[in-house]
Amino acid sequence: MGFHWKWDFTWEILPRLLEATLNTLIAAGAGYAIAIVLGLVLALAQRTPYRALTFVVREFVEFIRSTPLILQIFFVFYVGPQFGVRMSPWTSGMIAIGLHYSAYLSEVYRGGLNSVGKGQWEACTALNMSTRQAYTRIIIPQAVPPALAGMGNYLVGIFKDTPMLSVIGVAELMHTANAIGSESYRFLEPYTLVGVIFLAISLPAAGFIRVFETYVRRKLGLK
Amino acid sequence: MEDMSQYPLELTGDDIPMVRFMNVTKRYGKLTVLDRLNLDVATGEMVTVIGPSGSGKTTVLRMLMTLETINEGVIYVDGKPLTHMEKNGTLVPASPKHLRMMRSQIGMCFQHFNLFPHMTALENCMEGPVQVLGMSKAEARKRSEDLLELVGMIEKKDQHPSRLSGGQQQRVAIARALAMRPKVMLFDEVTSALDPEVIGEVTNVIRDLVNKHNLTMLMVTHQMGFAKDISDRICFFFDGSIEEQGAPDALFGNPQRERTQQFLSAVKEAG
Repeated sequence: MGFHWKWDFTWEILPRLLEATLNTLIAAGAGYAIAIVLGLVLALAQRTPYRALTFVVREFVEFIRSTPLILQIFFVFYVGPQFGVRMSPWTSGMIAIGLHYSAYLSEVYRGGLNSVGKGQWEACTALNMSTRQAYTRIIIPQAVPPALAGMGNYLVGIFKDTPMLSVIGVAELMHTANAIGSESYRFLEPYTLVGVIFLAISLPAAGFIRVFETYVRRKLGLK
Repeated sequence: MEDMSQYPLELTGDDIPMVRFMNVTKRYGKLTVLDRLNLDVATGEMVTVIGPSGSGKTTVLRMLMTLETINEGVIYVDGKPLTHMEKNGTLVPASPKHLRMMRSQIGMCFQHFNLFPHMTALENCMEGPVQVLGMSKAEARKRSEDLLELVGMIEKKDQHPSRLSGGQQQRVAIARALAMRPKVMLFDEVTSALDPEVIGEVTNVIRDLVNKHNLTMLMVTHQMGFAKDISDRICFFFDGSIEEQGAPDALFGNPQRERTQQFLSAVKEAG
């Protein structure tokens, strides 16, 4: 067979792969949306005065971070039905990857929230704000800029982890490349293209995140 | 457990002090920071707390702002318990709701200003009135602009704190606290973090407040000359209690206690 690249085959499979890229982006976007919201919940839950809650959430975050994503994906998809929770590959995949990254994002938020000085809380108390007002108006807006770099890293991270969803049959990029390979017995072109597509999205995204961080800081009037 | 029946549910009589500390004790672990403090501040009175560091003077203000809990005793504000509330005819520790109700009467300025860095000077002042008092934005803007005018910061109202000097930030912080219309204002070492040349712009604002408004004020400062000029009474704290107190002229001119004399002469030597 040798090591020769077939351009006509490349052009033939490219539309199919680009279509799958859209699925990959949707998977990453939806998973990230879940992680962003759930991560904040997990971070805030660790800051309440209720020790039992703090403990449980802390252990949960540690558990998620200490076990492989692929295991969590399998678990949700294959073990769920045994308890009567039957979900499509897409739903299972989004839940698993969203949950996984929410644990990581909660750590990023935690760092951001901790970086806001005690004096800001005291000013909130002196102005008689409620805890909720303090968080939404004062603390979280200041916690966002220092968290943005970490949040951006995990956005690229979740994007690069979406191929793991192929193991439960989510028709994203990797899954499609595998399918093309087993149909045509040519793997060089589809896998190479997958790599190129990932690179073409990840690299500009990282640059965009840096620009966005500067923009947000300026917008908030922070140095 | 402390016997709470010794404390009245509220203060009655003809001249109720704006602030009363009654047997207030504060401990950090085994360390007693304040030991059975009794202190009254009358309505409209300006009381300055001085003393060496670690004497508990800042803690007095922080307890009154409810930034610190107390271990024993009761603090009253305008005759009503602040740290406690009435339940079944006796005083129990205050609920968050009670604290929120009582806290509205107190405002505070901090050593490090603690302005909100993501808001302009004007937004800093409007935040409390709009969010906490539920005031309309137009009304809050008017009130805030008047106060920024008062502290001489109206030209900088659209600047973020990072663009302001320390003295300017502190003046905005004073306006922000006043925007909540507190009955009691607390100044915690508000000039200590400032460069010497800008201390005057902050002390002048406070001087103005003392002269033109009937606010009750409690101040901790190291500016002895300033304290002497504007205070009605000086309290010298030592080792968690009031060692000596009196009118500024008497306390600075003729201190009775040895520790007071030592402290004042040490301060004088330092400049």
